[in-house]
Amino acid sequence: MAFYLRGIHVPHRKNTAKQPAARMPAPQSVTIPMAMHIGNPAIPAVRVGDLVKVGTRIAEADGRVSSDVYSSISGKVLKFTEYLSSNGIAVPAAVIESDGEMTVDPSICPPAVSSRETLIDAIRESGVVGLGGAGFPTHVKLDVAPERIEYLIINGAECEPYVTSDTVTMLTRADDMAYALQMLQRFLGIKNVIIGIENNKKEAIASMRKMASSVTGSAVNVKSLPSVYPQGGEKVLIYHTTGRKVPSGKLPVDVGCVVLNCTTLAAVGAYLRTGMPLVEKCVTVDGGAVKNPQNVIVPIGTMMADVFAFCGGLTEQPAKIISGGPMMGVTVPGADTPVLKNTNAVLALTAKEAKLPTPTACIRCGTCTNTCPFGLAPASIAEAYEKKDTEALKALSVETCMECGCCSFVCPANRPLVQINKLSKQLLMEDKKKEASKG
Amino acid sequence: MSALTKVMISPHIHSGRSTAGIMRDVLIALLPVTVAGALIFGWRALLPVFVCVASCVALEAIFNWITKRRQTVGDLSAAVTGLLLALNLPANIPLWQCVAGSLFAIIVVKCLFGGIGSNLVNPAITARVFMLVAFDSLAVSAFPVDAVSGATALSADKMPSLLDLFLGNYGGAIGETCTAALLLGGVYLLVRRVITWHIPAVFMGTVFAFSLFMEGFDGTSALALVMAGGVCIGAIFMATDYVTSPATAWGKVLFGLGAGLLTCLIRYFSVYPEGVSFAILFMNILTPYIDRWTKHKVFAKGGRA
Repeated sequence: MAFYLRGIHVPHRKNTAKQPAARMPAPQSVTIPMAMHIGNPAIPAVRVGDLVKVGTRIAEADGRVSSDVYSSISGKVLKFTEYLSSNGIAVPAAVIESDGEMTVDPSICPPAVSSRETLIDAIRESGVVGLGGAGFPTHVKLDVAPERIEYLIINGAECEPYVTSDTVTMLTRADDMAYALQMLQRFLGIKNVIIGIENNKKEAIASMRKMASSVTGSAVNVKSLPSVYPQGGEKVLIYHTTGRKVPSGKLPVDVGCVVLNCTTLAAVGAYLRTGMPLVEKCVTVDGGAVKNPQNVIVPIGTMMADVFAFCGGLTEQPAKIISGGPMMGVTVPGADTPVLKNTNAVLALTAKEAKLPTPTACIRCGTCTNTCPFGLAPASIAEAYEKKDTEALKALSVETCMECGCCSFVCPANRPLVQINKLSKQLLMEDKKKEASKG
Repeated sequence: MSALTKVMISPHIHSGRSTAGIMRDVLIALLPVTVAGALIFGWRALLPVFVCVASCVALEAIFNWITKRRQTVGDLSAAVTGLLLALNLPANIPLWQCVAGSLFAIIVVKCLFGGIGSNLVNPAITARVFMLVAFDSLAVSAFPVDAVSGATALSADKMPSLLDLFLGNYGGAIGETCTAALLLGGVYLLVRRVITWHIPAVFMGTVFAFSLFMEGFDGTSALALVMAGGVCIGAIFMATDYVTSPATAWGKVLFGLGAGLLTCLIRYFSVYPEGVSFAILFMNILTPYIDRWTKHKVFAKGGRA
């Protein structure tokens, strides 16, 4: 389609794209939270003192929207601590002390899949959640009536600066991806697959085109997309690959589309092929404070401090450590934070890199309004929020905001527009609750 | 135990754009026409420039200091207002009037309304109108030799040649005559993405079309009427002020159309020889409504696919 949504050009800084990923040795201990996903925290299945191996299940999904948790190293369960996740909710976390062996659990074997139901069950057992960062349980996303899925869209956009872990997946795990696609085609009846990749990843596009031709029974198209942030945003990607618009408040499946991150697909493929659940992540380690930026394959639960040490250590005390990319990533309060299932990058920014200009008055330049991919007017939303005008906020469609950060990035006054949008959404929710309790 | 790091909302990188950077670009874009003004009208033309810029900056600084607000002169917007005001005045304007105009622009139009971003109308344009009404400034001629009676070429009996109009070789305000220098500045602003083409093109285009119609489809006269007077400086530098013009492309088009139309209506059907200042002032007042009418369509709003 000719019309492209607005967006911005962010500095790519794909410094780590050319090197192969390095596998780090087992750390002394890992801290694995019971919730690294959207939904109920998993229920611990091991106790202090239990011996575990790589791939041993240590927690079971609690209900449908939840995910199993597996040990990423072999050793002993030392204790349970409390882990404060970035959304402010505290969950238990298992601290496992390594025995240095990385022995694989002998019960690991490929799952028996013979139908749609057994496939969904297998994906649930794999512990795989949305590895693009959101962490939504993949088995729930795929558990829809097969005729509702017209397009399976694989997200290889990777539009954030620095992050290249998805590129590594597309270059080195094409067979896992192909295996998953073949299984999804066979048991979910998926006929159309589109892999969307930003055009700054020429080798990945080539690798995916080669992989596409090996999948039988379904049409796999690789689409090269303009490198405009936020190309990897779910609704943006759906629009640019299929032309369909997901209405505000609805899900992609409501327009016949299911979007999976390419690493999620590879993780599903690896489990179906070998029976090894999600126990390790390839994360991009970058930022000015990292001595040797590179992609590292990390056992889940490894402390970021250990990951930095593997990369040659930190050259200076970082001002910010970010899980994810710099546009939408979440800052963590220190390097004593574990790498989770849905971590795809760990950035250590120097004070200079992290310095942001002081916010000043809005000069109504309109750049925010003219860069918002969804056509929102952040400057007007900010004005309405200041007056706590909920009617105006509703009219401005603030609930459509995906918090991509384009507006804050371009604002010459560096106004906290994403923050104001978040607060506005909260204000509207509170207002809704008040109205509901009145009526 | 590692040291603590900052926890803040995303995004964690910024484009580097700043209000001061944008204003700096405007000052740079106005350099050619300021130099041209000095060459055409003599070095005395730089006195109003100096006095206006200094007054505007000083007055904003004093206001912020007296009202115990954060100092804002560093964003260079006061300097831009001063320079634009000066470039809209004749070279031999009494300097005390420059101070009075600066006071009106900065204190009344800008600071008392809430400072940068909160003013309803363009400070420099409104100050110019104020000076016309209060001091009859536009009636003062500026061209030393070949004195043209009247502030602009528009009130003269004979229109200068197209070449003279392009190079600025005629009577008028310091910064409004040299079309070449103004266009150069305009191209700089376009390249630096400070302005878009919509307002200047539609404003000047509308003036051309209206004039063409009124001048019996005489293309040369119509072109002369675009280059003479304050249309070029108005369309490129004054009408494009962020605070007082619409945000979206269609909004800008409407704004340019309205400003061009009003300019011509005032020129042809009123006692005033020039209408640009009034036209921009009036369109500034309409801008909040234009913004409301020309909002972007929100992506897939509503419940249906």
